[in-house]
Amino acid sequence: MTTISVKVEFSGGLELLFSNQRSHAVTIPSTDPTDSAPTNLQYLITYLRDNLLKERVELFVENETVRPGILVLVNDTDWELEGEGDYVLKDGDEIVFISTLHGG
Amino acid sequence: MAPRTCALCETAKAMLKRPKTGQQICRDCFFYVFETEVHNTITESKLFQRGDRVAIGASGGKDSTVLARVMKTLNERYDYGLELFLLSIDEGITGYRDDSLETVKRNQEQYDMPLKILSYDELYGWTMDAIVSQVGRKNNCTFCGVFRRQALDRGAAMLNVDHIVTGHNADDIAETVLMNIMRGDIARLGRCTAICTQGEDTIKRSKPFKYAYEKEIVMYAYFKKLDYFSTECIYSPDAYRGHARVFLKELEAARPSAIIDIIHSGEAFEVREEVKATQRVQQTCKRCGYMSSNDLCKACTLLEGLERGMAIAGITDRGRKQLEAQGPAPDNLRTIPLFKLPSANPTIAIETAS
Repeated sequence: MTTISVKVEFSGGLELLFSNQRSHAVTIPSTDPTDSAPTNLQYLITYLRDNLLKERVELFVENETVRPGILVLVNDTDWELEGEGDYVLKDGDEIVFISTLHGG
Repeated sequence: MAPRTCALCETAKAMLKRPKTGQQICRDCFFYVFETEVHNTITESKLFQRGDRVAIGASGGKDSTVLARVMKTLNERYDYGLELFLLSIDEGITGYRDDSLETVKRNQEQYDMPLKILSYDELYGWTMDAIVSQVGRKNNCTFCGVFRRQALDRGAAMLNVDHIVTGHNADDIAETVLMNIMRGDIARLGRCTAICTQGEDTIKRSKPFKYAYEKEIVMYAYFKKLDYFSTECIYSPDAYRGHARVFLKELEAARPSAIIDIIHSGEAFEVREEVKATQRVQQTCKRCGYMSSNDLCKACTLLEGLERGMAIAGITDRGRKQLEAQGPAPDNLRTIPLFKLPSANPTIAIETAS
């Protein structure tokens, strides 16, 4: 099975759900085992939920995507410009999740 | 997907989709439009006058950190001629506010602005930690909210400023509109969208980020690598606001203009004169001189309850009656120092960046 490695970063308070650690190196299969399609951001979100998330899943995922109010950046670009969950991950990508729900 | 180019400069790669307009723009154009929109908000509402002394209410969180940066940038770029200060309130919450104040202290150096920190302990003789240990986690947000509002005004008076600006953004204001509708609080609904509030006895307060989306504030902080603090208060969060917030974020996900549309709806409400007439007339507190709609202001009532071991006195009418039944306030009761609006000269020395 071939794999890809991506760098995942959590901030804005989200890191508290992930062992209070901001930066994680994540290695995932390069194709989705269920349908053999190339691994996309949607797969990564589910993977993070099932493997790295330590508490309060409802603060990260809602209806199989990130909860409204969480910004996602793909190599510093707003994921809304990259096809959101359909973005196909490449080895070395940097994915940032920022919560905007915490106090200002 | 092929990279798209910025809708504004048509050269650089688009990095962000603006929630307000759906426009796809690059990083530099984003900085420019974000700052320019805040500038337009400031000039159209004529918020400042040349020579004004302005305190930025700074919590160390994202909104006030970005506000400090943008205020500094605009003051220099457009030569507003403002003297800027950072004003922080230390509620006395171990593990929360002490950490966020460290961020504010770094901001003081990064932005080269004088900083004043005023603590609940200094002003009221009670930290939030001490209050929570007496009242528990049910009504503590009432104490914190009332005490903070007054502390900001008092801190501003000590700095002798003309104006306080806060980091409230478009999402916050839309949330407040929704909350006031759901609570039937028509008086607040009528004034919660005002960009600037000023009573006769209070210091002018305004919200330059009134039309700035939270998403853009967070992106601005991220792209500029600003240093901010993001942890939820360790004491019970404001549950009601939390529901309004989640609801609003869901609306935004379906239709991003929902936030600005709700603000516009709030602005369009007009409160009938008969309704306004039922609102209490403002007076000054007989004990501390702060503005109040009763003989005693809310902070003095809450403090008296704490001091006399009946914290509920400031929360419910029944509690207040119980307290009154115990007789008048003792002469040696701890009180809040007399409030005076800023005069010509600063009354305290402020800490300057070292």
